[in-house]
Amino acid sequence: MRLGALVRKEFLQIVRDPSSIAIAFLMPLFLLALFGYGVSLDAERVPLALVAEAPSTDSAEFFAALGGSPSFAPRTMDSMVAAERALLQGEVDGIVRLRADFARASRDANGAPVQVLVNGIDTNTARLVQGYIEGAWSAWLAARAARDGGALAVPVDIAPRIWFNGELRSRNYLVPGLVAIIMTLIGALLTALVMAREWERGTMEALLVTPTSMSEVLLGKLAAYFVLGTGGMLLSVALAVWWFEVPLRGSFWVLWAAASLFLLAALGMGLTISTLARSQFVAGQVAILATFLPAFLLSGFMFDIGSMPPVVQALTHLVVARYFVAIVQTLFLAGDVWAVILPNAAALAAMAALFLGLTWRKSRKRLE
Amino acid sequence: MMWRRLLALVHKEFLALLKDPRSRTVLIVPPLMQLLVFGYAASFDLKDVPFAVYDEDGGAAARELVAHFAGAPAFRLVATLRDEQALRPLLDTRRALLVLRLGPRFGADLAAGQGARVQVIIDGRNSNTALLALNYVRGIVQRYNEDWLAARGRAGPPAHLATRAWFNPNLESRWFFVPGIIGMLTLVTAMLVTALSVAREREQGTFDQLLVTPLRPSEILLGKAIPGLLIGLAQASVVLLLATSWFRVPFLGGLGAFYLGLTLFLLSGVGVGLLISAMAATQQQGLLGAFLFMVPAVILSGFATPIANMPEAVQALTWLDPLRYFLVVLRKLFLEGADLALLLPQLWPMALIALGTLTLAAWLFRHRMY
Repeated sequence: MRLGALVRKEFLQIVRDPSSIAIAFLMPLFLLALFGYGVSLDAERVPLALVAEAPSTDSAEFFAALGGSPSFAPRTMDSMVAAERALLQGEVDGIVRLRADFARASRDANGAPVQVLVNGIDTNTARLVQGYIEGAWSAWLAARAARDGGALAVPVDIAPRIWFNGELRSRNYLVPGLVAIIMTLIGALLTALVMAREWERGTMEALLVTPTSMSEVLLGKLAAYFVLGTGGMLLSVALAVWWFEVPLRGSFWVLWAAASLFLLAALGMGLTISTLARSQFVAGQVAILATFLPAFLLSGFMFDIGSMPPVVQALTHLVVARYFVAIVQTLFLAGDVWAVILPNAAALAAMAALFLGLTWRKSRKRLE
Repeated sequence: MMWRRLLALVHKEFLALLKDPRSRTVLIVPPLMQLLVFGYAASFDLKDVPFAVYDEDGGAAARELVAHFAGAPAFRLVATLRDEQALRPLLDTRRALLVLRLGPRFGADLAAGQGARVQVIIDGRNSNTALLALNYVRGIVQRYNEDWLAARGRAGPPAHLATRAWFNPNLESRWFFVPGIIGMLTLVTAMLVTALSVAREREQGTFDQLLVTPLRPSEILLGKAIPGLLIGLAQASVVLLLATSWFRVPFLGGLGAFYLGLTLFLLSGVGVGLLISAMAATQQQGLLGAFLFMVPAVILSGFATPIANMPEAVQALTWLDPLRYFLVVLRKLFLEGADLALLLPQLWPMALIALGTLTLAAWLFRHRMY
């Protein structure tokens, strides 16, 4: 009965200051639309400069192999000077140069060198370009070997088979990850200021003199924002599945359950920040620091956790989003793999218990 | 007279920021810790990728290929499979990122000179990691091929690639990301100092008092902007020192150009923060605004994903993002050692954003009342 009244009060506050509703619904809509389109690691039509110092049928054949791939938008250039200037100014991402003796040297025992220049400032693009050129190069080798009658040029050849995401569509892995990042933000943002606000405005003291217990106050807040957060979560999942057409191979109900656990942990984190900071200003600052960048960089959403140094890997265990990213990527692309879901869900439950317990302990009925 | 007023206001703003020990800690400790942690975390270089082998051939040639993988620092052998059933659970549970499968005719095909095939089954859930790992696999197989041909005295392929990377010869991922992190942390600091400051005064009613003092809106603006600028400058200096001395990222450019770029970027960041703050009626709204700006600003800045890969419409949106320009400035300064003339196309847009947002914020101080 008292709890019902508290939840009602929280809902009234939410409706009166629509920024909470904006956080729950506008933010996923805006961010998913932006990122779903904005973030892509698939390079297409990479601008490439081709320089043949002495054009011949051999060099034309080699360039044709590069031009035939959809990964490149090649431009033939007359001189290395012009090509280097284009590379420096970022007009092209790489240069492929065939020396004047290419035709002759390619019939030698040692083979002809093909010079490839990339701009290393953007290392990732440089690597991708390098990989694409290598792909085109081996295709050219195979074609040439077949034409010349099976002179074996490539002893071992690779046949990649990619599971769960056949075309390696980066959107398929980024969008589920984004759902996790966005839910971290929503969860923490919704509650980061609510306890601090009550203390700052003095309404907490008013609550203290009523018969309600602190647990009821906390539960009231948690219930109200949990409902709001669930709404945001459903919206995000709906967008991912129907708008971005990411396949959901696992069960929706497992996703729901995992998301609820995660939401409890994220809301708990916000409440903890709010309770410990006591002023909205500090709580806001901590929320800015503790949510977005750690979730973005340390959750395994963008960077492979296994490749980080052990100390940093240990730190990623403190990032709530890490567990949820693992769950959503598996649920969306692989299906209900319990060996992945259960340990991560247990970790989420532990984090939720930790944060909520901490909040409860630190916010006993007491004035400072 | 004006200077004394301004000084008093700046003094008060600093007190508001630094008097609370919690707020003080928040401003000083996290940026340094974050650079350390993120500097190690943000990398597209793979290490210890867990892989498994399903070798149906078992001959010497096959074992040698596997040894090439097990010996590479990028890979770590976690399992050797005996049958096909074991393959799926290994990938499903993410215990291995990829499985090398060598068919029963691997050695025979290779000896017959027909070319053998190795199947690489890879977990595509994280498509970026999958692509990177596949590139590593290609490199190792290529080396194996070269060794194999050389050992048998056969002619190599008619052409081979000799790749050279400018400015970052070993293509170290860290050299790309650490300068980016400096930009990101600076943006976060600018937001921390400014995004809630006017909103807090509005909520507590002290902003109305400020408005009835002889201070002009432009002076209030300066008073609010200067602490953010100074804290940002100090913090970025320490972070720069850490990036070059701890992470050993080469810094080839001039310090003058760095501080000019940094000041313009901070002014634009502070401008956006104050604009958000001036529009917000409560701190809750200020916080929401800060995130609605900060998150897209980071994602669309080209920090991790190239702007050139974005659709045209989104690319147009990035022109409004001050971080986009600052990241180019930082990377060009660190690795290329660019001079001011080369950086100019990045500097004036930041100045423009700063001017626009700061002017609008000052105007809103008086014209948005509750």
